[in-house]
Amino acid sequence: MAVIAGRPKRGALLPSRVASLTDSRAGSLAIFIVKRILWMLPVVFFVILITFTLMHLAPGSPWDKSGGRQLSQTVVNNLNIRYGLDKPVYEQFWLYLVNVVHFDFGLSYQYEGKTVTSLIASGWPYTATIGLLAFLLIVPVGIGLGVLAALRQNSRIDYITMGFATFAASFPNFVVGALMVVAFSVLTYKATGGNFFLPAAGFALDDHLVMPVITLALLPIAYTARLTRASTLDTIRQDFVRTAWAKGLSERLVVVRHILKNSLIPVVTTLGPTFAFLVTGSVIVETVFSIPGIGRAFVVAIESRDYPMILGTTVLFSVIIAVANLVVDVAYVFIDPRVRLT
Amino acid sequence: MALPAVAIDQMADWEVAEKQIGLWTDAWQRFRRNRLAVLGAGLVIFLVLIAFLSPLLVHFGIIHDPLKQDVANIELGPGQAGFLLGSDQLGRDTLSRLMFGSRISLSVGILVQGIILPIGLAIGLAAGYAGGRIDNILMRFTDIWYAFPDLLFVLVVVSVFGPSLLTIFGAIAMVNWVGLARLVRGQVLSIKEKEFIEAARSSGSPPLKLIVKHLLPNSLGPIIVTLTFGIPQAIFLEAVLSFLGVGIQPPTATWGQMVFDGYEAVYANPTSVVFPAIAIGFTLLTFTFIGDGLRDALDPRMRR
Repeated sequence: MAVIAGRPKRGALLPSRVASLTDSRAGSLAIFIVKRILWMLPVVFFVILITFTLMHLAPGSPWDKSGGRQLSQTVVNNLNIRYGLDKPVYEQFWLYLVNVVHFDFGLSYQYEGKTVTSLIASGWPYTATIGLLAFLLIVPVGIGLGVLAALRQNSRIDYITMGFATFAASFPNFVVGALMVVAFSVLTYKATGGNFFLPAAGFALDDHLVMPVITLALLPIAYTARLTRASTLDTIRQDFVRTAWAKGLSERLVVVRHILKNSLIPVVTTLGPTFAFLVTGSVIVETVFSIPGIGRAFVVAIESRDYPMILGTTVLFSVIIAVANLVVDVAYVFIDPRVRLT
Repeated sequence: MALPAVAIDQMADWEVAEKQIGLWTDAWQRFRRNRLAVLGAGLVIFLVLIAFLSPLLVHFGIIHDPLKQDVANIELGPGQAGFLLGSDQLGRDTLSRLMFGSRISLSVGILVQGIILPIGLAIGLAAGYAGGRIDNILMRFTDIWYAFPDLLFVLVVVSVFGPSLLTIFGAIAMVNWVGLARLVRGQVLSIKEKEFIEAARSSGSPPLKLIVKHLLPNSLGPIIVTLTFGIPQAIFLEAVLSFLGVGIQPPTATWGQMVFDGYEAVYANPTSVVFPAIAIGFTLLTFTFIGDGLRDALDPRMRR
């Protein structure tokens, strides 16, 4: 094309070079995302393999204690056929994988005729509501406390925040939950002669949510606050922040545009572990506050050795965590242009 | 003019530094200056004493038998009928159950590290020292292992193999070795390139001697720190298992179980939740303080 060829060389060189650079970054970004998704598959596969193997290593059969009496051999055989346990183990594993791809997690042992998928579906809204609310609490509170502590380093606010973070990280969530129930339900009930300050159990979209959400969020808040503080302290000492102060920018501008923008980048990586906290935390919080979510269902399944239910929940939880980590990794590349894609 | 105390302290430091002190003396001095860590170490010694002495105290009749039931005195508050911290739903003494519970928590916390150490060392050393394909395979393996949520894995293992002490130790160790393996690998990778290793290698040190005499001693600090932080993690997992009712079975007293029992009867006797809850929380806090102190003392580069 004559027009382009006739353009002065100097002018053409720079834009085209920039364009090819961004092109190659977009290309490697696509490869990076595909790689990360492909890496997720073996992770989930091995989680299923490990859990599946463990279940089959279990001594005895799942029918040993059925209703507290010994079942006749015919009944056991029929049960085995019904649940596919008569087939060789590798065939069971293959069938399970095929079914999981179709979102079919098999039949529960403990609830006659119910599928694992339907049990998970019935618990899902509770777990998701509490998890989501906790997440919405963790991000602003954790980051806010961390930034505040760093900006006022060695002040009283800093000491209180970090003291709180150390305490919160050391008290397990079931302990926190139980102590909150003592303080806000039991003692107020006794002191006021029959009035709860906060309800101790059950689920409803009102003040029933307060204690479970705080219990679930406390540890991730502590974790996020610590990391935000450390990262903000790193940023504050950078040359460009000193330059920003030196040019006489307002405190607001320096903090928001120069400090926060850079110090929050590493905080994004904590969101992956935060999801892991929320998922495993749901197991405990739902037990403490008698909430019929997936976490509670998992504990009940563990107690009654409902293997398909245990397997299904474990797979689901691992997939959620793997996807969360994937999203965080990809988001990180977009947020921080310095990240090398490998 | 008298110097301020801080300046004198610093001068003392300079004098010591001129004498070329070793790593351990230096670390001990830094650890000693961390008041929380020293307090933590004192509390742990106290706990260990309680754990060792509690059967003796029962033997001499100083505290109640933790298993002795007293149906006339159930769910008592602190100080009632000779129960210093009250009694539980079967009339068992809360104080002595707390003291016996420390035996379980401490042994889980510490013995699990004994299982983790050889596994983490072996895998980390192999990956870091051999490098190449072995490193790649081992690290992918640890990545996958890491993807498995801790608590879920422990719960699954305990549900399959039954809640014996051995299963619980093993299950907790199996989820916690990954961190140590990664750390050891990182240490080996960075130390491997140092000049003194090159010197040892070129003067004909066999690989085993290289590992034992040079690589291991130089990564000892971070390994100790990681193991110390592993203790509260293991105690926490055991307590959660007991709380969920799939841990060490009653009538053995464990703190997690006591929180659960107390929680069941929380309206009748709120303190029966509070005491074991405080025991768990503060024990974990104590080990965190020690871990922080050791980290600052042994591995100053990790300091924030």
